[in-house]
Amino acid sequence: MMENVIELKQVHKSFPNFQVKDLSFSVKKGFVTGFIGGNGVGKSTTIKMLMNLLQPDAGTISIFGMNYNKHEKEIKQRIGFVYDENVFYEQSTMLDMRSIMKSAYAKWDDELFHYYVKEFELPIKQKIKSFSKGMMMKASLALALSHHAELIIMDEPTSGLDPIFRRELLDILHSFMQDGEKTIFFSTHITTDLDRIADYITFIHNGELMFSKEYYQIEEEYAIIKGATELLDRDTEKEFIAIRRSNHGFEALTSNKAQASHLFGDSVLLEKPSLEDIMYYTKKGAEGGAAINT
Amino acid sequence: MQIIISNSSNEPIYEQIYSQIKRHILTNELKSGQALPSMRQLAKELDISVITTKRAYEELERNGFIYSVVGKGSFVSEQNNEMIKERKMKVIEEQLLSAVQNSKEIGLSLNELLDLLTMLYREEL
Repeated sequence: MMENVIELKQVHKSFPNFQVKDLSFSVKKGFVTGFIGGNGVGKSTTIKMLMNLLQPDAGTISIFGMNYNKHEKEIKQRIGFVYDENVFYEQSTMLDMRSIMKSAYAKWDDELFHYYVKEFELPIKQKIKSFSKGMMMKASLALALSHHAELIIMDEPTSGLDPIFRRELLDILHSFMQDGEKTIFFSTHITTDLDRIADYITFIHNGELMFSKEYYQIEEEYAIIKGATELLDRDTEKEFIAIRRSNHGFEALTSNKAQASHLFGDSVLLEKPSLEDIMYYTKKGAEGGAAINT
Repeated sequence: MQIIISNSSNEPIYEQIYSQIKRHILTNELKSGQALPSMRQLAKELDISVITTKRAYEELERNGFIYSVVGKGSFVSEQNNEMIKERKMKVIEEQLLSAVQNSKEIGLSLNELLDLLTMLYREEL
């Protein structure tokens, strides 16, 4: 019943100092998937491959059930791509961009364009290079939304935006999702934005998939455990992805909340982890053993 | 329909929605047959993800509080005896609570209150 809009199967991509390894995940139609991971772990590389700006060395990428070799044009028509950088021509205005987009996209909709321009309060005759970062993002989004894209792919859309505008952006995205036909895939490291909108979280680290699952599943499986250092020994340490010790006790992340709760009972404090906690401990865990000494 | 979500609570957000809608149904604030907002609309209004409201609605449906019609949305179910009983229990609890509060205000002991309750209960029968 659940349709996949994006499907990656065992995708590899090598660079001199870095590689994306055996990456497989899917993005569900009608939902928002947040794509998280630290800097330089392969998020942008993955997004570039999704946009066919880079080609995988091995593995397959299918979008709307099609691949880029045969259907590049069809796929691109149905995607709205929002970058974090200024991709507009220096001297162009929103009106100029409208003409460019109109000739590029078969489903370009002038009425919708004017609706978004008004909604986002964008001056259409002013040079885009004079826009603030927030306005630039709105401009990029207005253009992406005005050709009836079914899939919106965004690379770090909220970075560098003030908190008020980030909220507004999430509101716009909520509205966009209302008919259940649209899909959003976006990378971010501002994980608090995800609390408000993400249905699925796809997490990568060092070019490898850590997990891709429903947001609430994370709350159910993962927990931060805090307790006295005496509770740790060779056996109990195995329960954790990584442990942070100090002179005053330990704090650790588990991906098996139920078992940890059973094992430690009331002797520890169990807390809901933030995505940042999960990213932090996973990175530490991957770097070497479970121990982090402070 | 009022729903208040706490982001700092340890209770998952879908459970908060589930129990608040359930309470609205049991207290008859939401009446049988009444339409609920769509999952997507509610998600937008509460500023939370769609999958969270979806999960809350699925739980409500599984436990018979609501039903959904494809293409039309979700509605409050006809109430069965179990639900009516649960609703009554809720009302009784509230009434007893206010009796307890009143008793405490005037220094009536638990035993005195129990005596009074027993007397009233038997009299009515």
